[in-house]
Amino acid sequence: MSDLPSKMMPPISPETAEYWAACKRRELVVQRCTSCGAHQFYPRVLCTACSARTVEWVGVTGRGTVRSFTVVRRAVSEAYAPEVPYVVALIALAEGPTMMSNVVGCAPESVRIGMPVQVVFEDWSETVTVPKFAPAA
Amino acid sequence: MSRSLRGRTAIVGAADTEVGVIKHMGATQLCIEAILRALADAGIGKDEVDGLVTCNSMAEPYMYHAETIAEYLQIFPSYCVSAGAGGGTTFTALHQAASAIESGLCHTVVIAMADSLRSGMTREKALAMQSSTGHPQFERPYGPPVPGYYALIAQAHMHEYGTTSEHLAAVAVSTRQHAMRNPAAQMRTPITVEDVLASRLIADPLHLLDCSLVSDGGAAIVLTSRERAVDFKQRPVYLLGVGEGHGHEHISAARSLTTSAAADAGRRAYAMAGVGPRDIGLAQLYDCFTPVVLIELEDLGFCAKGEAGPFVAAGHTAPGGSLPVNTHGGLLSHTHPGNPGSMFALTETVLQLRGQAGERQVPKADLALVHAQGGIMSSHCTIILGSEATA
Repeated sequence: MSDLPSKMMPPISPETAEYWAACKRRELVVQRCTSCGAHQFYPRVLCTACSARTVEWVGVTGRGTVRSFTVVRRAVSEAYAPEVPYVVALIALAEGPTMMSNVVGCAPESVRIGMPVQVVFEDWSETVTVPKFAPAA
Repeated sequence: MSRSLRGRTAIVGAADTEVGVIKHMGATQLCIEAILRALADAGIGKDEVDGLVTCNSMAEPYMYHAETIAEYLQIFPSYCVSAGAGGGTTFTALHQAASAIESGLCHTVVIAMADSLRSGMTREKALAMQSSTGHPQFERPYGPPVPGYYALIAQAHMHEYGTTSEHLAAVAVSTRQHAMRNPAAQMRTPITVEDVLASRLIADPLHLLDCSLVSDGGAAIVLTSRERAVDFKQRPVYLLGVGEGHGHEHISAARSLTTSAAADAGRRAYAMAGVGPRDIGLAQLYDCFTPVVLIELEDLGFCAKGEAGPFVAAGHTAPGGSLPVNTHGGLLSHTHPGNPGSMFALTETVLQLRGQAGERQVPKADLALVHAQGGIMSSHCTIILGSEATA
């Protein structure tokens, strides 16, 4: 197994540990500001909307829509080659923030901008579970 | 109270190395070669240089690149900077160099950039270096290659404005038509919209011919004060306007996918120069991928939002068009050695404004706009250059 090329494993930092721990529990979390109520992603020490340093983790619905997408035909590296063609997309979460992800569970050609999607989780290692999105039921 | 840089500095030397696949020179040598050629063009020796700006090389990186180049040449500048803003590096470096001259830090600055993405590193390594622009935790795990990031922008523009794959292809065709007039360009075979659409899909909707080259090469310019510029052997090309715009670093954090900080950069550059898009005779627009040119045409005010596709398809940017764009052949057809890419847009503009561009000379080229962006439509810098007639 060890000579198989590795995908890009996220280098988890103290600031993002809670996010990845939640993914491990199959929960998608983002930050919410307790002062102004804004949601944000990726995690930061301040609320970028009001500058307050009062951000907390909250669970989100995991629902969103495809803001844009591409079908990758030439993989970024050998580790991703078996998955070609795969969909890289920007997902607008129902709560507001945008995140990059893969759209899975459907033919790449069927993905459209505006398509409703729902988070699914893919286990990569003991510590890393990656949120991806599939067409909403 | 800030002083305007309008007309305060001028480019008095400009040169490219050979470009394409250059196996007999490494990236450091290419950088030195570019400098020596630019100094020869300016008619000065290395000891007259008291400012040096470079960008790091991916193939032959140094911890402190500009200092290494100064040491190599045995010059001892009072201003020495390695700049870094991806594809936008060239012009942010020019902005800083002009500011350094205006504030008296130095008098004569060489800006030199070179790399060997083609011959100095493996294809896999070059791809990996370039895709490291993605966020390590929140983008790169999903496997986006560089064309994939730009495909996200293209797809959004198509969805929002009805832009088509044919419109994207028209950018590649127009650029190739310019390259066919440039003996130095890497790709000089004629192509059609059908050829672009028939080339293989890399990341939908981008085909192979929507993507720029991977090359070796370098270029350099010499910048000095307006007062000193008249003493050089070439006719000075004046820096009339410069502006930057910084919108995001990672595309997943972009406020808009279809309008970029090029709008901010352009507005600032036009304001400094005291001109507008209609005054511009030719433009060199960063063209790492075809959709980038469309968004830049719109954000820089050359056409209304959403109309760049039809604008290019109508031939406005081609040779003889109302706004020739990338008269050297751009990153798509001339050369693209990574971060130094826009240097060639700059040296080409200098030739055009001096009237030295040969077969591809744009008639009445007195005012030109040059724009670059780095990251994924992240950091933008617009410069406006003019001949003596406009300064």
